[in-house]
Amino acid sequence: MIVGRRETWTGRLLLVVLMAVTLMPFVSLFVTALHPSGSYPSGLEWPSDPQWGNFAEAFKAARMIELVKSSTLIVLGVVPLSLLLGTLAGFAIGHLRMAGRNLVFLLFVLGLTLPFEGIITPLYYQVRDMGLLNTRWAIILPLIGLFMPFAVFWMRAHFVNVPDALSESARMDGANVWQLFWRIHVPLAMPALSSLAILLFLWTWNQFLLAIVLVDDPLKRTMSGALGAFQGQWGTNMPLLCAGSLLILTPTLVVFLIFQRRFVTALLQGSLKG
Amino acid sequence: MTRPTLRSNESVEGAGGRRKRSSARAAGLRTPGWVAWLFVAPALIVYAVFVLRPIALTVQYSMYRWDGIGTSTWAGLGNYVKVFTDPDLFASILNAVKLIVFFSVIPVVLSLAIASTIRRIATSRLALVARTVLFLPQVIPLVAAGIAWSWLLSSTGLVNQLLRWAGLGGVARAWLGDFSTALPAVGVIGAWVLLGLCTILLLSGMSKIDPALYEAARMDGAGPLREFVSITVPSLRQEIGVCVTVTVIAALASFDIVYVSTQGGPGNATMVPGLEIYYLAFTERQVGMASALAVVLMVLVLLVALPIQWLTKDRSS
Repeated sequence: MIVGRRETWTGRLLLVVLMAVTLMPFVSLFVTALHPSGSYPSGLEWPSDPQWGNFAEAFKAARMIELVKSSTLIVLGVVPLSLLLGTLAGFAIGHLRMAGRNLVFLLFVLGLTLPFEGIITPLYYQVRDMGLLNTRWAIILPLIGLFMPFAVFWMRAHFVNVPDALSESARMDGANVWQLFWRIHVPLAMPALSSLAILLFLWTWNQFLLAIVLVDDPLKRTMSGALGAFQGQWGTNMPLLCAGSLLILTPTLVVFLIFQRRFVTALLQGSLKG
Repeated sequence: MTRPTLRSNESVEGAGGRRKRSSARAAGLRTPGWVAWLFVAPALIVYAVFVLRPIALTVQYSMYRWDGIGTSTWAGLGNYVKVFTDPDLFASILNAVKLIVFFSVIPVVLSLAIASTIRRIATSRLALVARTVLFLPQVIPLVAAGIAWSWLLSSTGLVNQLLRWAGLGGVARAWLGDFSTALPAVGVIGAWVLLGLCTILLLSGMSKIDPALYEAARMDGAGPLREFVSITVPSLRQEIGVCVTVTVIAALASFDIVYVSTQGGPGNATMVPGLEIYYLAFTERQVGMASALAVVLMVLVLLVALPIQWLTKDRSS
């Protein structure tokens, strides 16, 4: 195929401009973070005396270690359980195909587009009555419920495409449903499961609304919720706020850069299916 | 899939005895229906407790006047009437609809243009790097995007610096603090977050289009515009549908970005339903009003999402 030279160069230029626009906010955060703490720098201007110490100060002010620990605990509570419940239900609806499956599936699908703000008010009272307010469970349990539509939808999409013959031959060998599920279907579902795990990790780590409503103590929140509190506390000290924001971004960025292929594929599939 | 199995007529266990196809399948896998229900039960229970019950409660609360502490009084549909007649409340819904222009129309149109321009170099190294970079806004917390952009858009921020440099110093202002520009400025943040996702989604859709189609069009003398209208857009129907759905929901249900960048201000200029619900329920203690607005928001999202899904569904599969 003959590729027009000019077309290629327009494309390249466009890509570079697009990347520049995407990176601009990050660059601005970084440069501002290097200005003297408490100053009010203007625009994008390299400081005469870069204050690398701001990052250390923000690290202490934001209590980063405790924040990472808290977010990790929340992720560990949400992701494995959501995966397990979603896979079990997806397997039954997509592969075992019991009577009434269409109705249950529809019930889950209806929750796919639910805005979290829609139920946050009763959720607050419910979590309070359960005595879980201001604990990490207040974020973990509702999030598992809120992730169920997508997790079930995703795993069902995997299981409907698994041929019946696979189960039949395992059955001939005398396996019961439970063994069939764990020994044959779960290992085969690993690609679907790992993509789902990445998406759920991201959505949990970045969850903001539940964190600020259900948990007062920033140290028991997700990273995102803690950043909200950090902004409230240090909002007037721009360099420190920028340094803190960058630090809070770092864990997600690191995880993203390590698993970038999987992330991009997962997010693409995720939005296509959702 | 409908292929009968050897053991299909062996047993009639399972609840769906009359529905031949499903019982045949279930019997083929020799799994009684109640066992399958045990697999579904845990997910269904968590979903019912933390999603379905709160949805029902939202509807119930929306019919009452309640401050969250004392006794509640029946209000019927009064709260709903107020949502649509109170200028401030209704304005929040209108703002969300206006945000669709920025969150949805701009990213989708721009990404279509961008994706068709860079289609030919989609496999180059530069494009691979771009794929990673353009995904960054999707990965970081929206809160961080909000903080970074509030700074860019502030009176001394980079945006104004660039404007002055381009000789447009006259229009420089605190974009998020000005009544006339606050909502578009919030919209720009949303557009920044969603543009990369749309571009990459459309690019990956384009890679599935048969290049022979374009060659044939070229031979018939079609220009780039004609190609775009007759080949690219129709083939991307499903991907465009996804972009529109995701971005429209992001606009209607926006919360994080607005909360961080403007908190609904100045005045009520950037108030959106999500934020209004939060304020009503947890600051002003008008639980009934908050719930009525929540129901309206949930219905609005469904009303928008369902037709788009239906319109863009790939009917061949």
